[in-house]
Amino acid sequence: MLDVSKIRADFPILSRQVNNKPLVYFDNAATSQTPEVVIDTIVDYYSNYNANIHRGVHTLSQEATDKYEIARQKIQAHFNAKFSHEIIFTSGTTHSINLVANGFSALLKAGDEIIVSALEHHSNIVPWQMLCERTGAILKVIPMNQEGELIMETYDKLLSNKTKLVFVNHISNALGTINPIEYIIEKAHAVGAAVLIDGAQSCPHIKPDVQALDVDFYVASAHKVCGPTGVGMLYGKEAWLNKLPPYQGGGEMIAEVSFEKTTYADLPHKFEAGTPNICGGIAFGAALDYMNAIGFDNIATYENELLAYATEKLSTIEGLKIYGTAKHKTSVISFNLEGIHPYDVGTILDKLGIAVRTGHHCAQPIMDFFCIPGTIRASFAFYNTKEEIDILVAGVKKAKMMLS
Amino acid sequence: MTIEDIQNEIIDEFSMFEDWEERYQYMIDLGKDLPIINDEYKTDSNIIKGCQSKVWVHAELNNDKIEFTADSDAIITKGIIAILIRVFNNQHPKDIIEANTDFIDKIGLKEHLSPTRANGLVSMIKQLKLYAIAYQTQIK
Repeated sequence: MLDVSKIRADFPILSRQVNNKPLVYFDNAATSQTPEVVIDTIVDYYSNYNANIHRGVHTLSQEATDKYEIARQKIQAHFNAKFSHEIIFTSGTTHSINLVANGFSALLKAGDEIIVSALEHHSNIVPWQMLCERTGAILKVIPMNQEGELIMETYDKLLSNKTKLVFVNHISNALGTINPIEYIIEKAHAVGAAVLIDGAQSCPHIKPDVQALDVDFYVASAHKVCGPTGVGMLYGKEAWLNKLPPYQGGGEMIAEVSFEKTTYADLPHKFEAGTPNICGGIAFGAALDYMNAIGFDNIATYENELLAYATEKLSTIEGLKIYGTAKHKTSVISFNLEGIHPYDVGTILDKLGIAVRTGHHCAQPIMDFFCIPGTIRASFAFYNTKEEIDILVAGVKKAKMMLS
Repeated sequence: MTIEDIQNEIIDEFSMFEDWEERYQYMIDLGKDLPIINDEYKTDSNIIKGCQSKVWVHAELNNDKIEFTADSDAIITKGIIAILIRVFNNQHPKDIIEANTDFIDKIGLKEHLSPTRANGLVSMIKQLKLYAIAYQTQIK
């Protein structure tokens, strides 16, 4: 059981007011809030050992390098990667996806096929469309049903020996659907295709085991798991990371440079050109420590309770429709009020101190599927409460009254 | 009435409200009085970019003055564009171009002026002024 009031005390921002009302933060799928221990880590870095890493002989540089590499090991342990050099620090999920998509430019040829799902965030669509433009590869799409679940029978049919790569999110940001990635990975491997899983939305709720999943690439962002913005990670199997060419050139990623020929550094540095977000990487490690101390099983159990409670309460509002009713979903509720634009509802809720996301959630194909301009999305974290959900429900009722 | 007169009238109206709720309720009501755009002008090219909701605006020149019509699929946005059109409707292009829009701040809608706001109030003002600039050249 979680001691939620104790947990809430860890997050300074949760005690602030918005529009003279206590903040109710339900935009966790966009970014999670930051506990004091992570903020302290950031302050400690800049106060005590701010230095560039991997190159200075001086003490500060060595301290910073040690902490940065310890953070990499924490991430390795968290995702159960075989080697720490299979963890590449990036600026976030989008960067990680672009890194892999760019690398595959060298590996794909015209007529090769790559498969995406209908449930993706734009950041797991556009880099691959660009890859197709560069290589002449063909993009295929796994469709979804009215509940917001991917249709696996169609996926089976899309797979062939032409399939080189499959990339789907573990959990949909717009609807909260948990995708059957074990099945997707197994089937893709059976035809010799690699799989990238976008874990931006799963990592706040689930502790993925990349070896058990046998996934080729897994990508995530620190700011969704109580860490800072601007840092994330790419897990790649060693063999794949060796096969991909470097993404960006610069310092740190080289072994030797001359004007005749440059040789590249070993993993993970080959993909880490330039001075990285050192502080961010270290804070990412601290954030995972914090969440692991609470325990992902405890988090999932509690968030499922919140989801069930919110679904039940919101469903009592006449004219409210929930989008995404998959059997397996996380604590995300996307909804609309009949005849009312989601933007209007979001504006009124903000006036009441309630932070939700409105709009297409960077997933326009999903909105087109349901023929709607967007939704109101409330996404819950382990520091939210049922009392806050009551405030949301009252707020939605008030918005409905004002806007009808 | 001049643009400034109308702005002062709106400031007076909004000064009667005690809280955000009354202000927003009034704005929603103003949206209902918006001169609605003719369907034939409700085209993609008349959509103002930068808004989370859709806003269409059409402008016509009559006797050297601009007549605006508009619509939006969101009710609060409709209220905002209605306020702007009430200020600029049937005014000379030159006056529209030169008008300042500080009144937005004075009626408690400053939060909508931030360029990051999804409703695109800034984009709306810019678009209305662009129409005025375009028609100004026709008058000469």
